[in-house]
Amino acid sequence: MHCPKCHAPMHTYNRNGVQIEQCSGCRGIFLDYGELETLTRLEAQWAQPAPPAAPGAPAWGAPHAGHHGHGGHHRPHSFGRMLFSS
Amino acid sequence: MRHDRRAGVGFSRASSRPIVLVHTVIHCPRTLTAMPADLHEHARAAAHPAARPCPGCVTDTLADRPDATVVRHHRTVVKAHAPGTDPAALRARVAVAAALPDILLPPLDPAPVPLGGRLVTHWPLGRPVDPDDPDAAPWEDAATLTARLHRTPPPPGLPAMRGPGKAALAVARLAADAPGHPAVPALLGAWRALPPWARDEEPAPPGAVTALCHGDLHLGQLVRHPAPDGPWRLIDVDDLGVGVPAWDLARPASWYACGLLPAEEWQRFLRAYRAARGPAVPAEGDPWPTLDVPARALTVQTAARSVTKAALAGRPLDEAEEALVDACGRMVAPGGGPV
Repeated sequence: MHCPKCHAPMHTYNRNGVQIEQCSGCRGIFLDYGELETLTRLEAQWAQPAPPAAPGAPAWGAPHAGHHGHGGHHRPHSFGRMLFSS
Repeated sequence: MRHDRRAGVGFSRASSRPIVLVHTVIHCPRTLTAMPADLHEHARAAAHPAARPCPGCVTDTLADRPDATVVRHHRTVVKAHAPGTDPAALRARVAVAAALPDILLPPLDPAPVPLGGRLVTHWPLGRPVDPDDPDAAPWEDAATLTARLHRTPPPPGLPAMRGPGKAALAVARLAADAPGHPAVPALLGAWRALPPWARDEEPAPPGAVTALCHGDLHLGQLVRHPAPDGPWRLIDVDDLGVGVPAWDLARPASWYACGLLPAEEWQRFLRAYRAARGPAVPAEGDPWPTLDVPARALTVQTAARSVTKAALAGRPLDEAEEALVDACGRMVAPGGGPV
């Protein structure tokens, strides 16, 4: 297959399971029907954060319960007392 | 109103010099109880039973609260229990500690003795968790000891665990001592949304898992014995008894749900409890269907205590206390029922 723009030969590559043709001359890319949508979907999945590995929490829990990371957690001063109080 | 000292005692690892760990709580005057005048002398005599002269060791007051006065002389701790404590119930609870020395700190003497109108028990000195280093909290030990307690068949005649009763008491004190505080409607709404058993109005529902429970588990209820480096043991049997064992997991569950305890620490506690085959929650899967009611009750209890203290001291709520009150507000749907 030849590039419709510069007529140089095109080579087939596989990107994330999608076959694309790229021109060896102008580097332009040819997508088959549906391939643009497939790539867009893959990009959206890539951009989404990984689902939280945090354990479950009740509906009344704090919005951020379970999402505190290592090291960055801020422990309110009075919580230190609460840990030791009836 | 006055300040008084709540304290634990232990030995600093470096010097084995006794250290006393103190923080301040506020009590309403009508809740104050007098320390038995001769409790210090009693502690001294208990520490030197052979009538040898005291070599000059120091007597400390470790706690002087409405529900208990605790003093220590040398390596002996004596506790004067709350006025009105049922002697048979206390004897049964202390007997459990004596029978389970691998789980609970064993008493020096299994029999409570009357002193100045109070019942007094005798305990060896242990080293508590360092309140200044809560990141070093022994979550796995706490969970494993709790699971082992829950797996122990309760002796016949042991009274009920007093967790729901303490929650009800905290809410009653809130209503009496801080009725006008703006947090009160949210707390009372969350309280009313709890089932009657969690408000101490009915026994545990038929079919609920029940077990031998501690009843008041938090990080102040662990000591190393013998001090300073012996194994961890649970202390304070005043609320111990038969009840819903999820209650003992509900404080860390509540702290985690309110965003105060990091998920990692909650998971360490829960994993260790399950690894020790504790019966309070299913061995795998979501524990929250079982934890929800006790964790809500402990959240209301802790919020009620915090709001009462803040109101009596005339100070605003701090960040952690606000987190508890906010969680109570989320427990009730706009229509008034439970979420």
